[in-house]
Amino acid sequence: MSDEKVNRRWILMSIGVLLNGAVALLIATPIVGYLLGPIRRNGGYNSWIDLGDVSQFGMGETRLASFVNPNSVPWDGATSKAACWVRRTQEQKFQVFAINCAHLGCPVRWFPQSELFMCPCHGGVYYADGSRAAGPPPRGLFEYPYKVQNNRLMIDGGQMPTLATSASVRKESSECTG
Amino acid sequence: MHRLKQIYEWFDSRLQLSKPVIEAATHSVPRNTASWWYVFGSASFVLLLLQIATGILLALVYVPSAGEAWNSLQVLNQQIPLGWFLRAVHGWGSDFMVAVVLIHMAQVFLFGAYKFPRELTWILGVFLLLMTLGMAFTGQVMRFDQDAYWGLGIGASIVSRVPFVGGALVNLLLGGPIIAGPTLSRFFALHVFVIPGAMLVFAGLHLWMVLVLGINDWPMPGRIVKRSTYLQEYHELTKRDGIPFVPDAVWKDLVFAAAVMFAVALCAAVLGPFGPTGVPDPTIIQTVPKPDFFFLWIYTILSFLPENLETPFILIAPALGILFLLALPLFAGEGEKHWRRRPIAVLSIMVLAVGFAVCQQLGTYTPWSPQMQAWSGDTLPVRYVHTATPLGRQGQIVFQEKQCRNCHMIGGVGGERGPALDGVATRLTYDQLVRQVLQGGGNMPAYGKNLSPAEVTALVSFLETLHPEGQRPARDASRQYINTGELDPKQPGSE
Repeated sequence: MSDEKVNRRWILMSIGVLLNGAVALLIATPIVGYLLGPIRRNGGYNSWIDLGDVSQFGMGETRLASFVNPNSVPWDGATSKAACWVRRTQEQKFQVFAINCAHLGCPVRWFPQSELFMCPCHGGVYYADGSRAAGPPPRGLFEYPYKVQNNRLMIDGGQMPTLATSASVRKESSECTG
Repeated sequence: MHRLKQIYEWFDSRLQLSKPVIEAATHSVPRNTASWWYVFGSASFVLLLLQIATGILLALVYVPSAGEAWNSLQVLNQQIPLGWFLRAVHGWGSDFMVAVVLIHMAQVFLFGAYKFPRELTWILGVFLLLMTLGMAFTGQVMRFDQDAYWGLGIGASIVSRVPFVGGALVNLLLGGPIIAGPTLSRFFALHVFVIPGAMLVFAGLHLWMVLVLGINDWPMPGRIVKRSTYLQEYHELTKRDGIPFVPDAVWKDLVFAAAVMFAVALCAAVLGPFGPTGVPDPTIIQTVPKPDFFFLWIYTILSFLPENLETPFILIAPALGILFLLALPLFAGEGEKHWRRRPIAVLSIMVLAVGFAVCQQLGTYTPWSPQMQAWSGDTLPVRYVHTATPLGRQGQIVFQEKQCRNCHMIGGVGGERGPALDGVATRLTYDQLVRQVLQGGGNMPAYGKNLSPAEVTALVSFLETLHPEGQRPARDASRQYINTGELDPKQPGSE
């Protein structure tokens, strides 16, 4: 830095730049926080969701159930809803599968005649217990942890299940594989 | 007339714009660049302007809310006079823009235009291509129908595969834990503010560099680009054999841009707007989601990747591809420009074009997807029913009822996920058929748990009849020998 540049005006300008930098940092920090706001740890959005009376689910049957996502906002419209497949294997034993294919999230359909779930997108197929049968999925269907409380079936859900944000944070529901 | 000139001068004496604008417009370009091959860049820019104009007009009515977006598109389609036409122009404009941008890119690549000193022009162009594709994807989300909803699901599933931060990226992409209101709002912000703003800046700089560095001269075999001499050579060329861009070269750009705009309007008027398809209600699962035209190839690739390659391929291949495109002018900034001296370049474009076309074509009829309704409605060819034994008829019912038809075609009707079964009896013996049904394999589920022994017997009895007339079903010679002690007398020797 030559001496003639380091004069009073140069220092004043530097102070100005520094002031703006400091203010920019002051504003940028909350902006970053705002932008990262939606991120929560896996399961951070979950809560117990009531799927209805257990008597709706016939023994040995698999049927579609829908629920309103606990994290909805008033302008969600129909997208606040979500669906899942409920399989009742015993009186108090269930399997609740996410609707989303483990491959790329498309909605799988249950075919009771052949007892298979099929995905319309890339041809993923699953057996009745949710295990992978064929096609590109890297694993079986995602399962929600459930509990039966006062004769009502509750699932622990709230986020879209993907390979990173699986529906079940806990592993306990796998024991009821029929 | 005099009055007009006065007004013009009043403004120009204040704006001081006419001199630089006229200088830029009439700058000298090499005569051989006034070619029909050099019209795609300007056409892309004109299409960008068309998209901005029609986008603003659509925003007058569109409601960027997950609960109302779909309804507002219905109003645009059905109630607002010519609302459907504006939607159609915007939709077709998007397809044309992706197409013209891709053609532009292929052309400048084959003409070696990315070489010195136009490296940065190319690099900005790569970003412009990515942003064009980004606009196409976020535009599909704006439609917020079933395809958009499940398309977002596919996007979330892809980013979820990123190691360590996948979950956080899903939350960021969706604006929360699920596809809902915040998702549409953030994609609206991307589609309307962030990406178009960046595109205008990038396109402006791209154009600026074309202006100050000069348009790429027509390549000649043997005219080698060298950093030390190119600028001098180009300067001499424009001096020796140059023409003013306006009006000598620009008329071709104008004619082509007009033709493209007319084609957009014609497609819009004749073929109409895209969708929206069904309501974005995730509890309606009777849906077969499909991406928009220019993403069909990705849809195809995703269905053909082997499972163990999928995550690495999805995450690494695009990054490598983009890095390669960005780095291309840095490691190939000199040398031959002419396509005849660049066989690898020509071959790459051909392979990419053929691969793209094949994947697109497959994506239009998705042979890998089960036909979800085939089992309930499709009929069997009469000749199979006509001669069927009672057991075979039982087998036909099993075949139909157990959704085999969803993946297997018979008589040209049914799914294409598995092989067509006309003639399966000539390929597999009775025992092999039973094994395939019970244990599955080769991308077929095992039906052992889902069929009773009687159903399997009936089904295979039917499958045994699936062979062309006059061609016998495959049989196991050893079984024949065990049963009768001799080989089939009608078929001497081994089969």
